[in-house]
Amino acid sequence: MKFRALIMVNLFRKKIRLLLTLGSFAVALFLFAFLAVVRDAFNRGGDVAAANRLVTINRVSIIQPIPLSYHDKILRIPGVQSATHDNWFGGIYQDEKNFFPQFVIDPANQRQVFPELLVADDQWNAFLKDRQGAIVGAGTAKRFGWKLGDRIPIKTTLYGGGAWEFIIDGIYHGQRPQDDDSQFWFQWDYFEERVPERLKGQVGWYTVKLGSPDDAVRVAKAIDAEFANSPYETKTETESAFAASFVKQFGNIEFLILVIGTVVFFTLLLVTGNTVAISVRERTAELAILKAIGFKDGAILLLVLGEALAIALFGGLLGLVLAVVAIPMLGSALSGMLPSLILSKTMLAAGIGFALVVGACSGLLPGIGAMRLRVVEAFRRV
Amino acid sequence: MVSVDTSGKSSALIQVRGLDKTYRRGGEQIHVLQGLNLDVDQGDFVAFMGPSGSGKTTLLNLLGGLDVPTSGVISAAGDEITHMSSGRLTEWRARHVGFVFQMYNLIPVLTAYQNVELPLLLTSLSRSERRQHVETALAIVGLRDRADHFPRQLSGGQEQRVTIARAIVSDSTFLLCDEPTGDLDRKSADEIMALIEELVAKHNKTILMVTHDPLVAARSHSVLHLEKGVLVEGSKSRREVVTGGAA
Repeated sequence: MKFRALIMVNLFRKKIRLLLTLGSFAVALFLFAFLAVVRDAFNRGGDVAAANRLVTINRVSIIQPIPLSYHDKILRIPGVQSATHDNWFGGIYQDEKNFFPQFVIDPANQRQVFPELLVADDQWNAFLKDRQGAIVGAGTAKRFGWKLGDRIPIKTTLYGGGAWEFIIDGIYHGQRPQDDDSQFWFQWDYFEERVPERLKGQVGWYTVKLGSPDDAVRVAKAIDAEFANSPYETKTETESAFAASFVKQFGNIEFLILVIGTVVFFTLLLVTGNTVAISVRERTAELAILKAIGFKDGAILLLVLGEALAIALFGGLLGLVLAVVAIPMLGSALSGMLPSLILSKTMLAAGIGFALVVGACSGLLPGIGAMRLRVVEAFRRV
Repeated sequence: MVSVDTSGKSSALIQVRGLDKTYRRGGEQIHVLQGLNLDVDQGDFVAFMGPSGSGKTTLLNLLGGLDVPTSGVISAAGDEITHMSSGRLTEWRARHVGFVFQMYNLIPVLTAYQNVELPLLLTSLSRSERRQHVETALAIVGLRDRADHFPRQLSGGQEQRVTIARAIVSDSTFLLCDEPTGDLDRKSADEIMALIEELVAKHNKTILMVTHDPLVAARSHSVLHLEKGVLVEGSKSRREVVTGGAA
């Protein structure tokens, strides 16, 4: 492009101003990327969810238990292929900040219901034979440097206090990038043996695997109907709906991110628009001379827009590079508090798109002003 | 030949007929140019003189297609420009007019070479062809060795030479110079005028120049005086000059 050199030299004529504007873009794009990964982390439950899985919880709330005896009744409902149950353990490993989710699992059915979470057969068999055994996600194992055979004490906060000791028998890996590899699983029998009498025979929720996703609505209704008017009524929904309602417990994250994103967008628009407008005003005579020697209105608009877009592109890239470097570090620091923060290529592309849209919008008005500049009036003004 | 004649057909390079320019300031109408007629042939070097506000620069702007007249007709280089659209007028300027202004009007962040190259960016010339043209133009104004200098690294006279190089680089049909020596000392002014004379003599350029300086004007072929928007007298006879206002 013949005008590229002209655009580039104009960009660099006020270096401090350029630096500050690039900085604004970089910070805004970093924030954009961070918000995008946080949103993604909160919504990942939906991505992880399988279409052929239902989650059944106590109708009152997920923190209310449901009986273990429901398992067989659920399996009898036509369309159900298998079902497994989980309990939330909520223990602390060494310090509260070392949070990771611990689940009491049903070893007999876990792998049938969650085939995407892979454990080597020999490790799984060792786990089945070991009452104190535990399977841990690769992410958490890496985080704490755990290896097979390690004894891990976890202090319970919900089940009578004291530390429960586990032995790492296996490490699971997710098949897909979005699979959560932070969980810690241990045996139902070990849990049942140690909890107070009043809590025995109670599970947190069931995950039900269907023969066909087409049966989801019918089976969900059938499960809830089965337990209607009992002391433990249930609420059954698809795994993705369950994940979405779980996220809503934290507040309307989507709306919050949208509001912050919108504020960032308009602030950036004003900052960049003002910078480009000042830059154009300072060069009124130069733009007039360009028009005098034959630069058409479109070329003048292109020059101004080109500058705004170049600032947006370079500033945006800077912010995204910063995000690529910093988000994994932030992810490590927030490990356990949030699912893993993944900055995908789609997000990076959206970031560049976002920057270019801001750049184009901010350059448009000053560009149109420059385009409409009348040479004679411009010379009279300067 | 420069002439001001309202009658008959003309084959002049620039023909002006019944040119009026009126501005409205507040409720008042200001007649800047009134019924102006003018013919300028290829290779003429015309100087316009007159007091401030007499309409010299307005006339130059109209001839260069930078402004539009209130009435009247301007034909230049075979085109009737008074009714052209803004876009076509811009194309016409790029093809036919070279501008030299008092304040040099170079782009400070571009080198002399890049400033001179600007009009060629609008053409379909290749990079090497553009280079050839720019080097020729800089050689004509005697600044080939200053090609990589920025305007701030040049003297006023040198800056004005770069402006002249920019005006001639695309081989424009005629040059419009508005006070080309107005900001220069006498020595530099003489050098610029020598260059302009050379452009006329050696390269057969047509030049219309506005100046306040009688010494500068005296170097032109013809001097036309503007007073209150009317051409009132001619004072040169190096070529045939007939002046008159149609007001």
